[in-house]
Amino acid sequence: MKISAFHLMPHRELPDDFEKRYESVWVTPPWWELANAERVGQYYNWTLDELLFAARAGFDGVCTNEHHQNAYGFMPSPNIMGAVLAKATNGSNVAIVQMGATLPTSNPPIRVAEEYAMLDCISGGRLVAGLPLGSAMDVNLCYGITPMEHRERYREAFALTLKAWQSRELFAWNGRYYQLANVNLWPRPIQQPHPPVWVPGSGSISTFDFAVDNEVCYCFLSYSGAKAAKTMMQGYWDVVAKKGRETNPYRAGFLQLVAVAESDAAAEAKYARHVEYFYHKCLHWPIQYLSPPGNQDYKSLLAAAKSNIRRAEDTKALRYRDFVEKGYVIAGSAATVRDRIKQEVVKDLRVGNLMVLLQIGSMPHELTLENMDRFAREVLPSLRGEWDDDGWVNHWWPERLRGAATSRPTAAVAAAGA
Amino acid sequence: MNERTIAVWDGKVRIRVQSRGSGPALVFLHGPWGLTWDPFLDELAKSFTVHAPEHPGTTPETPDDIHHLDNLWDLVLCYDELFQALGLESVALVGHAFGGMLACELAAAYPARARRLALIAPLGFWRDSDRVVNWMMLDPARLPEYVFRDPTSEAARRMFAVGADPDAAIMARVRLAWAMGATGKFIWPLPDKGLKKRIHRVRTPTLLIWGKEDRLVPPVYADEFTRRIASARVQTVDGAGHVPHLERPEAVARMIREFVAG
Repeated sequence: MKISAFHLMPHRELPDDFEKRYESVWVTPPWWELANAERVGQYYNWTLDELLFAARAGFDGVCTNEHHQNAYGFMPSPNIMGAVLAKATNGSNVAIVQMGATLPTSNPPIRVAEEYAMLDCISGGRLVAGLPLGSAMDVNLCYGITPMEHRERYREAFALTLKAWQSRELFAWNGRYYQLANVNLWPRPIQQPHPPVWVPGSGSISTFDFAVDNEVCYCFLSYSGAKAAKTMMQGYWDVVAKKGRETNPYRAGFLQLVAVAESDAAAEAKYARHVEYFYHKCLHWPIQYLSPPGNQDYKSLLAAAKSNIRRAEDTKALRYRDFVEKGYVIAGSAATVRDRIKQEVVKDLRVGNLMVLLQIGSMPHELTLENMDRFAREVLPSLRGEWDDDGWVNHWWPERLRGAATSRPTAAVAAAGA
Repeated sequence: MNERTIAVWDGKVRIRVQSRGSGPALVFLHGPWGLTWDPFLDELAKSFTVHAPEHPGTTPETPDDIHHLDNLWDLVLCYDELFQALGLESVALVGHAFGGMLACELAAAYPARARRLALIAPLGFWRDSDRVVNWMMLDPARLPEYVFRDPTSEAARRMFAVGADPDAAIMARVRLAWAMGATGKFIWPLPDKGLKKRIHRVRTPTLLIWGKEDRLVPPVYADEFTRRIASARVQTVDGAGHVPHLERPEAVARMIREFVAG
């Protein structure tokens, strides 16, 4: 399987009473009260250093993502980060996994196709092209896109992106939302016919159909962990089977929070407060932000209202041990983490493309490197061979990296993480 | 009560219209929360033939018709087709909130269609200093206190289906959310969609009605209309919030009756 290091680029020093004083971490948090540009510059550099450390430590890929007006993740342009990573990892076998630039917030959306083509050229064909729908917060609340048009715009932009990469001729795009008379992309990606496409989702059923119909890798980006994702992912695999596609585990990606230490007790001592910071402060927003009226189509709205699914658990009432027990975070010794990932993520969800979030909330730079280093040395090697015996081809990974072993952790890297 | 569904937009958009009463024609355009025939419309029906259409998509039987419309221009043309189908040439045009904005757009697009124009807490403008509260982003549990001065009143309980049986309450919530989405399609993210460029075409005698305690659209927005429509005057309603016609139905119906007769 392929294992990539994911990063959100969070504010690491929100005040202790943040969730009591402010209504939301997203859309409305006041910059001038909460942040300082010099310090934020430090966060960006730590983020880049951490992802580059992961690249050298043996991860298969490094992931960035896009959010706006969001103190838990503020890479408004993931492609700026991706450009640094692409350049700095040249000569290695690490994939640049953009998870990614959000189509409906880019106008015209061929901007994403262009920048991804640039990244593919710069990286020598190592790009994984994540094409997310984007959250309601980013797209509707911050970027002003009408909720009812959000999905339609995305689908049109998706089709335009794929055509813009592949068309041999200049073409005109006469769409409902986008009109371009002369589409003739410069540059085109190295990877042909186009870079592998991943579509991140947060469990919306309509995205399952879209992912299977378009032969992309569906990635469930959940902060609730693999245990809670079982029913949802089974729903995805049911759609795969129903549409007669092979149940290749590389059709599925999953994001899991992970923290590794010498022992389970050491993990609690080191990581508890950072995990609680993440769930108490970073995921603090009014529930109605998730779905302004019109964002869900009528069928989904009706289904959601009629189903008796209980409201999402109140994570503010949970503490570190709850998060670990319920599987929000897989944390503990290397053996604990390895076994739980194998069971809960690989086997139970049938995931071939794993993303791990190792910098969690307030976790400082040095501790992040330690977490990454332990994961790379003590966990990752025993996961890499998963699915190998079944002979599946990872069509959703850059072709030239599919068989490649990435670099082994070196003494110098290990020392930096100590 | 006469209920008809009229297909416009080349048959793709079905608009359900409820009509009642006798006398001169009056068209009521509802706000962002869908249409329920209410005591205010009953009051008006004593003096007028009231036609109350449901905006595209807000009828529970035809939710997806909204997807055939892209913008306000499409919507205004739909209403032109509806008026033709109903044989309405010159009417008293009454609208609330989103419906008020739409009524004003119709009066600007087709000045001959509006004999009188009565706008109840209409949208259509934006002031940085007096922001319109985006009802679509409010905690649903707190929406009633923004819409009504008294969120425990009978009218509020009716709109938000408080005390209804569980299945009816679920359908009411879905209907409310979808009505907000379908009307919101034309005004997201701010309700200023260019009425200021078109409103000079309104030559119809105009009455603005505002609840004194409107927490969604501050009553100062009346100035935006009176500045631009020479004949416009304002009447405020005591003891009312954003839906004075539901909170004080008799008083508001009387204002409209006197205004249209005058």
